[in-house]
Amino acid sequence: MPYRLELTGITKRFPGVLANDNVTFAVKPGEIHALLGENGAGKSTLVKMIYGIMQPDAGEIRWDGSPVTVANPKAARKLGIGMVFQHFSLFEALTVLENIALGMDSKIPSRQLEARIRAVMTQYGLLLDPHRTVATLSVGERQRIEIVRALLLEPKLLIMDEPTSVLTPQEVEQLFEVLRKLAAEGCSILYISHKLHEIKALCDTATILRGGKLVDTCDPKQETSRSMAEKMIGAGLKDIVRGEGRSLGQPKLVVSRLSTAKTGHFDVPVDNVSFTVRAGEIFGIAGVAGNGQNALLDALSGEVRSGDKDAITLDGFPLGLLDTTGRRKRGLCAVPEERNGHAAVGDFTLSDNSVLTARDRLGMVMLGLINSGAAKTYTGRVIADFAVKALGPASTAGSLSGGNLQKYIMGREILQKPSVLVVSQPTWGVDAGAAAAIHQALVDLAAAGSAIVVISQDLDELRALCDTLAVINMGHLSPARPTGEMSVEEIGLLMGGVHGQAEARDAVPA
Amino acid sequence: MSTDLIIAVIITVVGASTPILIAALGELVVERAGVLNLGVEGMMLVGAITAFVIVFVTGNHYLAILMAAAAGVATSLIFGFLTLSLSANQTATGLALTIFGTGLSALAGQGYSAKPVTLLGPLFPGLAADPFWRVLFGYSALVYFALFMVVAIWYFLKRTRAGLILRAVGENDLSAHSIGYSVIGVRYMAVMFGGAMAGIAGACFPLLLTPQWAERMTAGRGWIAVALVVFASWRPFRLLAGAYLFGLVMTMELYAKAGGGPLSAIPSELWAALPYLATVVVLVLISIRRDASTNAPACLGKPFLPSN
Repeated sequence: MPYRLELTGITKRFPGVLANDNVTFAVKPGEIHALLGENGAGKSTLVKMIYGIMQPDAGEIRWDGSPVTVANPKAARKLGIGMVFQHFSLFEALTVLENIALGMDSKIPSRQLEARIRAVMTQYGLLLDPHRTVATLSVGERQRIEIVRALLLEPKLLIMDEPTSVLTPQEVEQLFEVLRKLAAEGCSILYISHKLHEIKALCDTATILRGGKLVDTCDPKQETSRSMAEKMIGAGLKDIVRGEGRSLGQPKLVVSRLSTAKTGHFDVPVDNVSFTVRAGEIFGIAGVAGNGQNALLDALSGEVRSGDKDAITLDGFPLGLLDTTGRRKRGLCAVPEERNGHAAVGDFTLSDNSVLTARDRLGMVMLGLINSGAAKTYTGRVIADFAVKALGPASTAGSLSGGNLQKYIMGREILQKPSVLVVSQPTWGVDAGAAAAIHQALVDLAAAGSAIVVISQDLDELRALCDTLAVINMGHLSPARPTGEMSVEEIGLLMGGVHGQAEARDAVPA
Repeated sequence: MSTDLIIAVIITVVGASTPILIAALGELVVERAGVLNLGVEGMMLVGAITAFVIVFVTGNHYLAILMAAAAGVATSLIFGFLTLSLSANQTATGLALTIFGTGLSALAGQGYSAKPVTLLGPLFPGLAADPFWRVLFGYSALVYFALFMVVAIWYFLKRTRAGLILRAVGENDLSAHSIGYSVIGVRYMAVMFGGAMAGIAGACFPLLLTPQWAERMTAGRGWIAVALVVFASWRPFRLLAGAYLFGLVMTMELYAKAGGGPLSAIPSELWAALPYLATVVVLVLISIRRDASTNAPACLGKPFLPSN
């Protein structure tokens, strides 16, 4: 039997970078094939060439044994290639049905299309109401639209780009069921991820890329997560080093009955949230995106001030009425989820970005004048200590890759030695090596006596990092418990609990 | 008020509203595709002088309308090339287009001022003579064209696949691109349609309202059209209501000027300012009510940069 897809010597060059260098691998019919690699390893570029978004500079793509040129995504879909993007290409103001209609190449009357959608949803257990507006849907539900859209074309190869990064463990399990069912029916799946245990659980073969080159093709079931990770980053993986037998100190950050107002139509406010973080403690907040994490971060950082001065206290000092600058002066620093545009200004230099958050704590402004020398020195230190790949303090934030910008932002806050650090999604879209460095820096900061709050959707990260865990769902925070005492299933139920019920009510009957 | 007067008022209101409605319908389609073209006033003036010259030379009104549309398209293509192909700032380019259109029309119109032409007659001359039925059937083809376009654009946006694609491009250009639609292509079509509609709207002035050429004879109606699109939250039927409302206010001005009746108690200058004041008030109200502005196409005014 010929391979479903064969790539031979694929090369793609961008100005200054060799994104793919002579990559060769093949996918069998019905095989679940993992494409593994750090950020910038060339996974996305490779997949874009398979899907026709880009053209290779050299090399050959064979489909069912015969060489093909995939001129554009339309041509790819015609061959039978479907793709589910990491960043969903959905239109928020349109309905599920309209979104799916846009993805169809042939014109189908909407009633007929709806019948087909319902059939596919029932067949694979992907429940959704076709007439709901996308803006009202959770991230997991949005992903289902993308999957249904791809499945309607009866693909012979389905490309999934980092599909699980936003899902609860239960949603991940549901997704795997769908993918296994598809594979059993003969559809090949190209599964892009850096979550190794998922690849071990799901995939038959794994192709590992590093720096644009193919490193290895292996059977993930025969490998350990560690051995694959080391192939991926090309070096030994560092474990998080914790001080032995450290004890937690006095309560530092005390949040009591913190609530926020509902600001937008699709915004989830936090409701009566209370928790305590002690000196040296890393406090994790798990939850599916869109359950009040943004409101919580804004309320803690001071972007949204609380009406009650005692809602947030630091070492007993009330912070509730202070703004971000006031709270920073008192020692509470925060890193929001969105790197570009919220945590950093893309068009500013790194130096100027340092001034934006570190000016008061590090005396970068005197009599209203910026001490650019101090800002430059500090930024240089951040770049050096956190191994940020940047030309220097004068490069703009927007010119850095996501992972490098995140390292810079984390470094900028951590080197200010805050007594409380609140971070959201500290390693979102960051490769394994950089993530390990950021985790280690957080652990070290805690060991030095700071209290740290980590808001994340990545359960592995929270379980590895945090002393204490709580789960946020629809703006409510579950009681905090030591991480070791909570199982993944338990956390997953807390994450999905209320929301899962709401979802089932609106969905089409299976 | 007698029936005759009411009918006369209605006919004046409809006439005054028509150019605003046509221009705003074009801009609505342009904005739904995610492009903000503030050059409506300029394109209207180019359409107005083109229509005037053609009708002055040939006497053929329909040819004049056609050429005004073509002139509008040509003007809009300047805007399209700069903002779509070269990703120039849409606001600045639109303003420049208005200034350009104003100047170009004044230049082309030199020597044509104070020369009379005939207005475009009613579509159904027999019914137009009837003292009552003229309220429904006494208008020129341009008026019926405007009404037809309200329905046509509503149907296009709501029910057709091409309309869905156009909305998708205005809503999320990067997604539309990744699915495989030509964002720039769709936007060029929309901008050209907007240009054609603005050109026809401009033609209404010499062909429908005042049978001569005067510099800047559109008198800011292009700006009212732009504001009307926001006022109508990008929906065609609300646009119709809004255009007639503005037409009513403008007609009041005429009656106030003519003197007599309770209208003249308010100075006619204030009446003249009312549509513009109303525009400002409407824009303020819409900005305060956040929910209404969420209906705005998400990519409105943002250049499409697919490399990011």
